[in-house]
Amino acid sequence: MNVLKTGLLAGLLGATALSAQAADLRIALQSDADVLDPDQSRTFVGRIVYASMCDKLVDITPELELIPQLATGWEWSEDGKALTMTLREGVVFHDGTPFNAQAVADNIDRSQNLEESRRKSELKSVTGVDVVDDYTVRFNMAAPDATLLAQFADRSGMMVSPTAAKAAGADFGLNPVCSGPFKFKERVAQDRIALERFPDYWNADEIHFDSVTFLPIPDTTVRLANLQSGDIDMLERLAATDLAQAEGDGGINVERAVSLGYQGITINVNNGEKGDNPWGNDKRLRQALSYALDRDAINQVVFEGAFAPGNQPFPPTSPWYDADHPVPARDVEKAKALLAEAGFPDGIDLEVQVPNTTVPLQLMQVVQAMAAEAGIRIEITSKEFATLLADQSAGDYQASQIGWSGRVDPDGNIHQFMTTGGGINDSHYSDPKVDEMLNNARASTDFDVRKADYDAARDILAQDMPIVYLYHQTWIWALDDGLSGFTPYPDGMIRLEGVKLEK
Amino acid sequence: MLSFILRRILIAIPTILLISIFVFSLQKLLPGDPVLAMAGEERDPEVLEFLREKYRLNDPIPVQYLTWVGNALQGDLGISLRTNQPVTELIAEKLPVTIQLAIMAILFALVIGIPAGILSAVKKGTITDYIANIVALSGLSIPNFWLGIMLILLVSVKLNLLPASGYVPLSEDPVKSITAMLMPAFVLGTALAATLMRHTRSAMLGVLKSDYVRTARAKGLYERRVVLKHAFRNALTPIVTLTALLFGELIAGAVLTEQIFTIPGFGKMVVDAVFNRDYAVVQGIVLVTAVGFIVMNLLADVAYVLLNPRLRNA
Repeated sequence: MNVLKTGLLAGLLGATALSAQAADLRIALQSDADVLDPDQSRTFVGRIVYASMCDKLVDITPELELIPQLATGWEWSEDGKALTMTLREGVVFHDGTPFNAQAVADNIDRSQNLEESRRKSELKSVTGVDVVDDYTVRFNMAAPDATLLAQFADRSGMMVSPTAAKAAGADFGLNPVCSGPFKFKERVAQDRIALERFPDYWNADEIHFDSVTFLPIPDTTVRLANLQSGDIDMLERLAATDLAQAEGDGGINVERAVSLGYQGITINVNNGEKGDNPWGNDKRLRQALSYALDRDAINQVVFEGAFAPGNQPFPPTSPWYDADHPVPARDVEKAKALLAEAGFPDGIDLEVQVPNTTVPLQLMQVVQAMAAEAGIRIEITSKEFATLLADQSAGDYQASQIGWSGRVDPDGNIHQFMTTGGGINDSHYSDPKVDEMLNNARASTDFDVRKADYDAARDILAQDMPIVYLYHQTWIWALDDGLSGFTPYPDGMIRLEGVKLEK
Repeated sequence: MLSFILRRILIAIPTILLISIFVFSLQKLLPGDPVLAMAGEERDPEVLEFLREKYRLNDPIPVQYLTWVGNALQGDLGISLRTNQPVTELIAEKLPVTIQLAIMAILFALVIGIPAGILSAVKKGTITDYIANIVALSGLSIPNFWLGIMLILLVSVKLNLLPASGYVPLSEDPVKSITAMLMPAFVLGTALAATLMRHTRSAMLGVLKSDYVRTARAKGLYERRVVLKHAFRNALTPIVTLTALLFGELIAGAVLTEQIFTIPGFGKMVVDAVFNRDYAVVQGIVLVTAVGFIVMNLLADVAYVLLNPRLRNA
């Protein structure tokens, strides 16, 4: 009898172990991804899918240090104009094409020269790629570019199969072939993206699922309901307002990480006629707006205290944050004094355009109420996002509530916003000293040198304030409590190495 | 009958053309640059210019329209700016989903709305009538998204009876497909059921007062036969028209319902397409919806003739 019991138990255990092996992981995303081609892609959720499908040359740690992935090591030349990488051996793409230095060269060529590529500006500094030997590759640059390594930790560094890319051309995204832990199986637009385990993955021992299914579920309450009813195993971007409910559920674990991005109010300083007004011309008004706001209270009221108040393009948790300019406390008297100094003792109007969705509108209403106490009368103009973006780019705005998803390298959060003629400098802010320091920071690979440049630029920008930074979003994931081994990353990605599902 | 149908189809052609011109112009009036929406955080002017050229956004608007019509006539509705998938393929993928939702919703509406309408007409002024009216009014007033989320919380999270959201193709697993669609179809159907109930009630009240119903009663027929055979058949004409017209409301309702229950259908696709300024997709969906609407109306006209013999020679 006992033997029978033991046998049964063993069988049961075996069965559970087997079912854990043959697991499918279902992840709910906030929206559907766009085209699944790392060279053409532009959405955040697209990058989450790539994290399971497409390996990159380098990866990051949660502390933002760069670590090997497909490249095992790298070295900068003395003059900073060449980066030599040694590559992992024995790696193959999902279609069996071997990964080597030539494949890297082909990938860079595709990112730079495919007409549809959205990676051109990220790789602008690379003037040529030398295949030194099968597993050594050298990137040449006309001028030093410290940001390049971090680009290789994202889509510019994702390696696609050169064979498949050549055959499919711009249609590659319909059937992507990379070298990551899972390979593409099928996609039904707005319904699911299904990946299946790639048995020849170089790090296969760390992967514990047979398949991963990404399900776009836009409504945040419905996303959580799906997790509670067991229809999915994890979800990304839980709304701050649902946090209490998720934390109160014993079957759900919540993980979080402060994002790399920021949200703020961009003020039109010199973009067309609309920049020519007191707000664009007098930095004291912009400082007054900043002083009028209680960023902690905003975080408590709008985001249930889950996000991180901020006043710089980098969150206070970032190694690049300038501690000499801490998040300012609210000072209504000072704001009033600044207004009076600027010639507006009776207050002044400000028109702010806001995306017409719940969270930005709530945020702006709180800002409006706080600013009113200092005499700044904010008029909120809510616009649908595509319209807001077009108006902002064309200079048809006075102030705009907008943010940035954030980049691993600090340069990506500041250079193109604050330098003269920068690609996303919709404020048209321009200061030769800031230009010089931000350009310098690009040229060095030394942390201390770069930090000194960013801090010096911050000294000026904290006065000029073309963007009044407000807060940094926190990525919040909710997971079934049977999932273990998940590590939250500030880039918001879901890395499945080491993640297991035990029920 | 055949010439009647042919005539209706001929009239439909200019209607569809007009609708497509109208929607095309409206889209171009929308502020917001599709290329900026597409390029996302990439703002390289070279890339933007390339995209404008590729999707012919630099052509004058009439030329853009004619190019679209020319391609559409050859069965090519263009490709999605967002995912690069052909629009015809996307529509072929989504259409069956929304049709299934629509049919199930209409079934809910008919099964609830018509008996409730008949009952409250027959029992006019009684407590049954009042209850039916209150239920109908609530069905009309409760917003889809609220009812949807409440149902998910109750049925899926608390009772764990049905999946919270998602979609299974009918061909893959019919039972799962229908169970997954039950809640959304119910939510979409309730509002329609309320409208149907009100109209059935007033049509029945009109008919129940007519002479032939009195005659039927005078003949000594059972009340059930009087109501269902004599009165209801004649009350059906306005109900059929209404059901056909409700098809439009159904598509509008599907936009919200599909969003809540994450059903990959037409409604969800059109919302995403409008927000992303995915012109080709919006245009394709509108074309197919317009054709669908016209077909529904045609079917309603045919149904009248079948229901009312007096119209057969008209």
